[in-house]
Amino acid sequence: MSSEKPNQQYKPVHTNKVGGSPYTGVTGWIDNRLPIIRMFKHEYLDFQVPKSLSYFWSFGGILTICLILLIVTGLSLGMHYKPDAKYAFDSVEKIMRDVNFGWLIRYAHMNLASFVFIALYLHIFRGLYYGSYKEPRQLMWLIGIVIFFLMMATAFLGYTLPWGQMSYWGATVITNLFSAIPLVGESVVTWLWGDYSVGDAALNRFYVLHWLIAFLIVGIVVFHVIALHIVGSNNPSGIEPKDTRDTVSFSPFTTSKDLVGMLVFLLIFVAVMMYAPNYLGHPDNYIPANPLVTPAHIVPEWYFLPFYAILRSIPDKLMGVIAMVSSIAILGLLPWLDFSKVRSSVFRPIWKQCVFLFVLDFFVLMYIGGAPADGIYLVIGRIGTAFWFAFFLILAPLVSLIEKPLPMPDSIHEFEEWKRQGKIKTIKLFNK
Amino acid sequence: MKLSCLKFKPIVFIVIFVLTTNVSFSKESDVQLLKPDWSFNGFFGKFDRASLQRGYQVYKEVCASCHSMSLLSYRNLAEKGGPEFTVEEVKAIASQFEVTDGPNNDGEMFQRSRKPSDRFASPYPNENASRSANGGAYPPDMSVLVKARPGGSDYIYSVLMGYEEKTPENIKLEEGVYYNKYMTGNKIRMASPLSEGVIEYTDGTKANQEQMAKDVVSFLTWAAEPHLEARKELGFKSVIYLLILTILVYLIKKKIWLRIEPKV
Repeated sequence: MSSEKPNQQYKPVHTNKVGGSPYTGVTGWIDNRLPIIRMFKHEYLDFQVPKSLSYFWSFGGILTICLILLIVTGLSLGMHYKPDAKYAFDSVEKIMRDVNFGWLIRYAHMNLASFVFIALYLHIFRGLYYGSYKEPRQLMWLIGIVIFFLMMATAFLGYTLPWGQMSYWGATVITNLFSAIPLVGESVVTWLWGDYSVGDAALNRFYVLHWLIAFLIVGIVVFHVIALHIVGSNNPSGIEPKDTRDTVSFSPFTTSKDLVGMLVFLLIFVAVMMYAPNYLGHPDNYIPANPLVTPAHIVPEWYFLPFYAILRSIPDKLMGVIAMVSSIAILGLLPWLDFSKVRSSVFRPIWKQCVFLFVLDFFVLMYIGGAPADGIYLVIGRIGTAFWFAFFLILAPLVSLIEKPLPMPDSIHEFEEWKRQGKIKTIKLFNK
Repeated sequence: MKLSCLKFKPIVFIVIFVLTTNVSFSKESDVQLLKPDWSFNGFFGKFDRASLQRGYQVYKEVCASCHSMSLLSYRNLAEKGGPEFTVEEVKAIASQFEVTDGPNNDGEMFQRSRKPSDRFASPYPNENASRSANGGAYPPDMSVLVKARPGGSDYIYSVLMGYEEKTPENIKLEEGVYYNKYMTGNKIRMASPLSEGVIEYTDGTKANQEQMAKDVVSFLTWAAEPHLEARKELGFKSVIYLLILTILVYLIKKKIWLRIEPKV
């Protein structure tokens, strides 16, 4: 019978109580049970943000928009695309010709892949220049590097899907890098291909992985943003906000400023997509994949060129692959290699020059990555590679040790005051 | 010189970006391509319908004897933004070509004339047949040829105009290979396809080499990019829209920020 007494007292397994919402009515009813509404208000409306943020801080938001657009356009493309070595090229052309606005969706997806990297590189530059990787934001920086790796993987996989000549040969070159792994290299490559060469099996799994990694990125971006809302945004002064004179609420101040940044970015993107849609691509990718004909120059997409240059500047294949991977992974050590207490380059005269040299090196390597790997190009590529690693391993700790930072204001509002008086200069993306 | 005095303005970034991302490293590309004044270039670029129709005639009567255009259907010829033949004309064009269809109810394959929904007829049944008929060379499919060559329309036009009577002395040509000033590597297995009098235009235009080259390249550009006109039109509208929106949002942003940054 049910009148039996329970021999154990019930202990609730959850500690949160229903209720506590500042809202009433239906909003309150939902918010009491699933507190996303108050969370949204707390994190996106009242959230306090340093008031000195420049337009360089819009790239986080821009990247989010890019990611959403990539998923939406990718979803539409996926409904018409066929991951089959025999039909892939023609199915992409069918999208371009016969699907309603298929040309728009395809060109948008293709150019967004480039633009997401433009935004990403500016985002990373911002972090480097203003010391956004330092205490307490190290973990956020590390999560960012994971996103960077995943983006490179998914961009590479996506580029193989149209199954043109560059798709095919790019896939062959990149997957062959795994053969550099000692002992098991060859077996690993065969396992990756699902065959003894890049072909139908590889294309099919590349398509699946392209999707999978896209959604993994979404998940990890969520971690990146959660971490941001714990540690807060860095800002051009590199000084933590101390009171309300230093901050503004996220909405409407940051949202309105971010929106301007997003629209300018979107404007440039749309202009390129509509008037030079194939400018950032390679003409060879409009030739259907042909395993019997090797293109004269196999070059990756522009955003891989600096790392491709690093790969090729090392004569040994295994060491080249290790150098290429570590050239990005080494970014993760920066919070510990650069131990200067000052975050912002505005107050770090020597480090500032180093960061600009690093940017220059990035462009030099990008140029070298697209050039033939011989003669003077190879020499420049090796110097560029050496500088890339020296920047992290030698310059970062050395500069932290010897540099004497410039006098700094005590707070963000004082920093703003100094800026108005012309005492300090910051870099701006736009002139007023 | 202090590097930081380089103003990191967008224009500097764009210039560096353009310079580093799109450098062509083929040693053969030293020759300047011919750049005719295409009607489809520029912000408001549109195809010249008459030129596209003549271009189709050049393709059909000259190129199509070796080159396929397997991604195009006859119906495309009537679509907006293309040569815009009438539906009747397209039916007539399509019916000139035969296709093997089937199997019919008796399980037999049969020949019938093509319909507008059929693909363009290919000159050869397969690549091997095509190679064997062309001395081992494979005349590429021309559906997206313009997009598949650096230089695009200008390059194809230049190759068509780049045959010269005299081969430079330092270049040795094998049997069946021709010298071309603009072709990558300067050697081409296609003899000069366009010479005066090879076709007679139905609209009475004088069919000299330059005219034919221009018409056929316009046609090939349309074939590779059939929605070019729609793209440029939409592009212009969206750029203007975004420009106005950006200015408005910028003004709103300024007004909002005045709340905490009053003018001194």
